[in-house]
Amino acid sequence: MSVENLDTINWNMPETDTIASESSPIVRINELNVHVKDHHILKNINLEIPKNQITVLLGASGCGKTTLLKCMNRLTDLYKELKVTGNIFIEEDDILNTSTNIPTIRQKMGLLSQRPYPLPVSIYKNVAYGIKLKGIRVKNLIDYSVEKNLKEVGLWDEVKNRLNSPATSLSIGQQQRLCLARGLAVKPRIILADEPTSALDPISSKIIENQFKVLKKHYTIILVTHVLRQAVRLADNVVFMHDGRIIEQGKPDELFKNPQTEELKNYLVEGN
Amino acid sequence: MNRLKQIEEKIFRIISGFAAYSLIAILIYIIAIIFIKGFNALSLDMITKTPQGGYYYGGEGGVLNAIVGSLYISIGATVIAVIIGAPAALYLNVHMIKLKRTQNTVRYLLDALWGIPSIVYGSFGFTLMLFLGMNASLLAGIITVALLVTPIMVRTFDEVLSTIPKGLHEASLALGSTRTETAYKVLFKQGFSGFITAILLSFGRGIGDAASVLFTAGYTDLIPVNLDEPAATLPLAIFFQLGSPIPEVRERAFASAAILTIIILIISLGARFLAKKYSKSNLK
Ligand SMILES: Nc1ncnc2c1ncn2[C@@H]1O[C@H](COP(=O)(O)OP(=O)(O)OP(=O)(O)O)[C@@H](O)[C@H]1O
Ligand SMILES: [Mg+2]
Repeated sequence: MSVENLDTINWNMPETDTIASESSPIVRINELNVHVKDHHILKNINLEIPKNQITVLLGASGCGKTTLLKCMNRLTDLYKELKVTGNIFIEEDDILNTSTNIPTIRQKMGLLSQRPYPLPVSIYKNVAYGIKLKGIRVKNLIDYSVEKNLKEVGLWDEVKNRLNSPATSLSIGQQQRLCLARGLAVKPRIILADEPTSALDPISSKIIENQFKVLKKHYTIILVTHVLRQAVRLADNVVFMHDGRIIEQGKPDELFKNPQTEELKNYLVEGN
Repeated sequence: MNRLKQIEEKIFRIISGFAAYSLIAILIYIIAIIFIKGFNALSLDMITKTPQGGYYYGGEGGVLNAIVGSLYISIGATVIAVIIGAPAALYLNVHMIKLKRTQNTVRYLLDALWGIPSIVYGSFGFTLMLFLGMNASLLAGIITVALLVTPIMVRTFDEVLSTIPKGLHEASLALGSTRTETAYKVLFKQGFSGFITAILLSFGRGIGDAASVLFTAGYTDLIPVNLDEPAATLPLAIFFQLGSPIPEVRERAFASAAILTIIILIISLGARFLAKKYSKSNLK
């Protein structure tokens, strides 16, 4: 088997057709509510996320953006106090009420958090981690995938001679790209990015942003950001949240030029 | 105003410096006393021979029996504590992550167990031993000391595990690991230094404790070769020799204490070295 063919064998390739069929959203959220005791954090969220596009979530601090992302890969399970109700269909599987096991659901989604959290192992092993979890043990295959994904995030040339050094020896910007590569190696359908550039310098941010533009050919990206310019640069769709509700959504040019609600107007004014 | 801040800064620096240096001074003083008082009795015989006839009246021999007994007991007990305690600490931090109240109760109970005087463990071990129909022996000593050090093992490791950022935990789960994989592949490695510290504290407490082995391990001038034989221990050797009216024997008590100190020093340096080596090789 030649290395070129490795990618075509059965490890859940995301579909590579670049023409996204707008009619089939990859995520469909239906009447999602999240409560903590008597605090209503997410209120009747109904949302469709189109495939192979970048959807940007905007909203003031504390409005529930992170919580919404965490619902989508069931990290809300870690918090007993969070009561989550409703449906989240990911590729027609309602992940809140499913018999599919949770790790499999989570592998459909790559998570990029505000700060990078490299695993306490080497650079190589960080990327290999998720691949091995999928049961792939062939060394060549893992090597190939590690290299491919590190190249995809533009990190390969910087680390190819030190793959065995601890991941924590990288700079923060490099760590964040490593975390992206690590997530991509699992072959997710969706990338959940929660303010992925907020801890980064302008150059690393730019690299991540450019990566996203390339990645949306193959992945659906849901991006939380407080940087309005970043939203303008990247968004195919914008979802504006306020106090646990989605109060406006649409194409970025329409939304930013003609905000309908006072809240969005204020947010745009404050943001500029 | 600024001047006041400077004075304040100075005062606090002096106070903290004083605390730090006096602590070091006291430590050095204690170790120095042990070595000075035991110096005359420190000889190769002390660590290579068991007590010969008339040893406790100043005759020939050494405390090899107690050195070996102490090492057996504390190593055995630490191994048991690791086997039970490390998974327990990981379980507490991963599987019980949602059960905040249970987690806190368990921690509170373990802290209480940590604080119980070792003589209580000694009597408990003794009762258990009688109940099981055992004699004072190496095994009974190991079990009792294991009871004593397991809470230390769990809480020390747990303390480090609980400071690991939730983000790392979430990152591991998001990659598709199960909770158990998160515990053993990620948190264990991230908390490895805490694991080593926990082993050290457990071992140090185990090898230095007299009261827990007083009724359970017995005492003998021979080196135990079976788990059901009694075993001598260094703390008890120190205790017996210190009670002697003969000055040479009291010197040997200090020499034994010096040996105990050196063992703990070697073990802790060795463990640190291993931890460093492991954390490097595990990255390969
Ligand atoms: N586990 C929890 N327990 C209690 N309250 C929570 C919990 N998680 C989130 N909240 C609350 O839910 C609200 C939304 O939080 P969330 O982190 O989703 O906000 P956010 O939009 O991501 O804000 P930011 O932009 O500052 O990151 C906040 O008021 C927060 O205090
Ligand atoms: Mg947030």
